[in-house]
Amino acid sequence: MPHISLSTPLSDEIVENLRIGQRVLLNGVLYTGRDAAHKKLMELLDRGLDLPFPIKGQVIYYVGPSPAKPGQIIGSAGPTTSGRMDAYAPRLIALGLKGMIGKGKRSPEVVKAIKQYKSVYFAAVGGAGALIARCIKSCRVIAYPELGPEAIHELVVENFPLIVVNDSLGGDLYEEGVKIYGTR
Amino acid sequence: MKVIHVQEVIDTVARLCQEANYYLGEDVQHAFENALQTEISLTGKDILKQLLENARIARENDVPMCQDTGFAVVFLELGQEVNITGGFLYDAVNEGVRKGYTEGYLRKSIVNHPLQRINTGDNTPAVIHTTVVPGDKLTITVAPKGGGSENMSAIRMLKPAEGREGVKKFILETVKNAGPNPCPPIIVGVGMGGTFEKAALLAKQALLRPLGEPHPEPDIADLESELLEEINKTGIGPQGLGGKTTALAVHILTYPCHIASLPVAVNINCHAARHKKAVL
Repeated sequence: MPHISLSTPLSDEIVENLRIGQRVLLNGVLYTGRDAAHKKLMELLDRGLDLPFPIKGQVIYYVGPSPAKPGQIIGSAGPTTSGRMDAYAPRLIALGLKGMIGKGKRSPEVVKAIKQYKSVYFAAVGGAGALIARCIKSCRVIAYPELGPEAIHELVVENFPLIVVNDSLGGDLYEEGVKIYGTR
Repeated sequence: MKVIHVQEVIDTVARLCQEANYYLGEDVQHAFENALQTEISLTGKDILKQLLENARIARENDVPMCQDTGFAVVFLELGQEVNITGGFLYDAVNEGVRKGYTEGYLRKSIVNHPLQRINTGDNTPAVIHTTVVPGDKLTITVAPKGGGSENMSAIRMLKPAEGREGVKKFILETVKNAGPNPCPPIIVGVGMGGTFEKAALLAKQALLRPLGEPHPEPDIADLESELLEEINKTGIGPQGLGGKTTALAVHILTYPCHIASLPVAVNINCHAARHKKAVL
């Protein structure tokens, strides 16, 4: 199965053409964010303030990296469980967030928002933190440094291997995979 | 009476924290290689290859396999003829975790309180389980446990009448409910019997057994292999994206229980099954 090469920011057209099961190599800028950072983003929105990065067309990677060793750009940096961000994701998707990267199932509300606003959810390989770190070419903290590994980082990635799990047509690879390979 | 100074405990715990996070066990490596032969999903095979490559990069560069370097769960088997000197044993274990996580560039993932949630900054405290055993040795096992798989674990107090089938049903239900979240292929630790808390501890201890080593009692070994087969028929597959390799092993530990009770705990581990042991 060939890989599709994509660069951020993602347009509506690109997102609309992605289908579950496709393998993607992603390039460009990503923003990291986990539970605590998402909570803070919601507080900004509630107060009518700007987010610390432009959200339109962007991709958020759910990750809390381990510290970089001297000479490294970043430590291990595999995906964290996305479900913890489900409460916050639909609001960001409505504001123009085009992609999310993590691992594990999304809630029906997130799947619905992905379809309604033309977004996409990619899975990275959980636990492959050392491998993924090699795709990260730069890393800087842009918000909430006090959150440590949960701070928002701006990453530049090259050929980050991903799989499309939830597409803009409402497809869900976690459900389809079980249907195809399940025998009980 | 053997004398062990706490400094030796500190240094050993620090080393084990790093080794457990950097070096995938050979048993797991073999299990991945075997799974590559039997997996039919191309995406599944690709994922297994990525996991082997990831383990190689981590091993060769002394970096963590996974960014979630876990809660430091430390098992101590303390010989009753051991005299610990220079301080309190548990303080030494925590100091070892502090040292290991800081010097090893491991992620600090522990918050001070379940609701206040301020990072303690050094991955302490550890969760420490101590058993007193005969002899003059101190065996230390460090098993860093990631949040993703721990969160999908479950415990249930079954009725004794539910028996073997009830146990199987609950374990399968827990694995299906976990789906892709705990980073399959998983290792399923099961504690059966004892009390509420004993079952949970047994489930965690069951994860320490090397993969491919069945339970010594034939009927429990049969239950393990039956469950493994059933779990791998669910189709969840590597990373939950579909395939035949949902679990690498099911490990069960049992303990006597009350006439009224049948507690069953399922502690799910991600594919890495991290743990390293040393004997002082």
